[in-house]
Amino acid sequence: MSNGSEGNFVTTDGRNIGGVMMEMKNITLRFGGVVALENISFNILEGEVRAIIGPNGAGKSSMLNVISGFYIPQEGEVIFQGSPRPSLKPFEVAHQGIARTFQNIALFEGMSVLDNVMTGRLTKMKTGIFSQMIWAGKAEREEIENREAVEKIIDFLEIQAIRKTPVSRLPYGLKKRVELARALAAEPNLLLLDEPMAGMNVEEKQDMSRFILDVNSEFGTTIALIEHDMGVVMDLSDRVVVMDYGRKIGDGTPDEVRNNQEVIDAYLGVSHD
Amino acid sequence: MPDQVLFAAEVMLNGLMAGVLYSLVALGFVLIFKASGIFNYAQGVMALFAALTLVGIMDGQVPFSHLINAIFGTNIHHFGWHTPALLAIILTIMVMVLFAWLVQRFIFRHLVNQEPIILFMATIGLAYFLEGVGDLMWGSDIKKLDVGIPKGMNETIESITHGAFGYGFFIDNLDIFATFVAVILVAILVCFSQYTKQGRALRAVADDHQAALSVGISLSYIWILVWSIAGFVALVAGTIWGAKSGVQFSLSLIALKALPVLMLGGFTSIPGAIIGGLIIGVGEKLFEFLVGPWIGGATENWFAYVLALLFLVFRPQGLFGEKIIERV
Ligand SMILES: Nc1ncnc2c1ncn2[C@@H]1O[C@H](COP(=O)(O)OP(=O)(O)O)[C@@H](O)[C@H]1O
Ligand SMILES: [Mg+2]
Repeated sequence: MSNGSEGNFVTTDGRNIGGVMMEMKNITLRFGGVVALENISFNILEGEVRAIIGPNGAGKSSMLNVISGFYIPQEGEVIFQGSPRPSLKPFEVAHQGIARTFQNIALFEGMSVLDNVMTGRLTKMKTGIFSQMIWAGKAEREEIENREAVEKIIDFLEIQAIRKTPVSRLPYGLKKRVELARALAAEPNLLLLDEPMAGMNVEEKQDMSRFILDVNSEFGTTIALIEHDMGVVMDLSDRVVVMDYGRKIGDGTPDEVRNNQEVIDAYLGVSHD
Repeated sequence: MPDQVLFAAEVMLNGLMAGVLYSLVALGFVLIFKASGIFNYAQGVMALFAALTLVGIMDGQVPFSHLINAIFGTNIHHFGWHTPALLAIILTIMVMVLFAWLVQRFIFRHLVNQEPIILFMATIGLAYFLEGVGDLMWGSDIKKLDVGIPKGMNETIESITHGAFGYGFFIDNLDIFATFVAVILVAILVCFSQYTKQGRALRAVADDHQAALSVGISLSYIWILVWSIAGFVALVAGTIWGAKSGVQFSLSLIALKALPVLMLGGFTSIPGAIIGGLIIGVGEKLFEFLVGPWIGGATENWFAYVLALLFLVFRPQGLFGEKIIERV
């Protein structure tokens, strides 16, 4: 696989990588005088694990926020599943099958784990407000179906034991996992993870890596993830975008990127925070 | 049983019933505050406006008739029909939903991410605007509201208590009815928020806007929904109060009674609003009965605020409000 590959092949571990799912074209995002993203282009292929790496402040989260509609870039175009995407609100992006987690965890602290994961199903629920009141039976059936889907995800991520626990009582590592569960509940086509392993101990990191790989291989979910740690990224991802100071300085397989001189400089030479 | 104790018991019961109304108004505040962080100063005026609209529709009044007559030189005031109460209530609910939509579309949509104080000021403006619209639409005269709620002393309670204690309690049928309606309303709201998709979305928005967006919830849809529900709660409160004392400007002042209720119950707690309303209702009646005569009466004007102040000093988060922990 090479940089800019247009996809449609089978990986060495037997996963199908399809065509281009999402293409970012010449994205520029500014906050006042700060240029968070400068003319960035890259694509995400169906079924791959795409990593975005770079030092602190490089613009990684900003990139994810553009994809998920939280930030609207001043310039550039987002092409999703073949057609240009107008500037959508975050909730509209969610309805297009794009789910995400946040760098600083955004859970519903007042709800139980189960309720949090259930909110992930909201995009899947069709029954309207009045029919829910009138045809309670239909709403109930829908609720039961959603519960079953959610229980599967809870089993998958091994959080059965804390199903009823209020999220505010959970330790950091488990919160990250619940947030992943909520995103998975939406059965997304594209899953965006902002530093899913940040602040975790070694064991938790290993668990999380395993879950991410399993999600990708078992459900075929396309994943774009941000990671600070180069080592972790090398094990997880099919292709890597490297960013520094709002610019893209590398793009390719982990091996290609690792041997790129500019990338080495960015990682060895400086810490921007 | 000594007479004083019986009197006090009767006063307490009546206080409880008055408290139900305070609870309802406070509930309207809490709903909007929880979902959007807006302290809605207009809640009381919404109750007045809803009651005015209900009376107007029931009486077949032509809305904006003064304005229409002034412009076109006509002299119309009534359509000449009476609308049945149930139909009028449904139409009024539709008006309140429309109001919710207008408020979101023309005010709060433009104030996203503004400071709470700005949002609060906007609701003050809204309150006076709505008051003016209410006047213009339905006229400012005092109106009688009769939606068929039973009124007058409840004979059964009187005769039972008379038989048991030798003293018949005076409990108004209207108050009993109001309590009944309030209990049903709260039960419906609880079921709605716990068991429906929209209810879950509403709780999600109340908890974290960013997370709510990420799971596909439209904030403006939820805000229209809560303003509609608050409008409905205002309609219920306005109808009960209006049936009791007529529909007139002073109705909007019940909102002022809801403030101490909120300080007591916490601004974000629904059970707090309910219990707080009942405590204030019972407290002020009982205080007036027991202490009033010693200090010259009229304690009902200030008792609720003093109680609320004491709470502010000793338990600023209210009875059930979330604990305030300074983040560092
Ligand atoms: N909402 C915002 N307002 C202002 N500046 C922002 C905002 N979000 C990000 N930035 C700025 O954009 C730059 C990139 O930030 P970010 O995308 O969070 O980087 P990373 O995730 O790679 O650490 C930083 O200089 C940051 O201060
Ligand atoms: Mg970041």
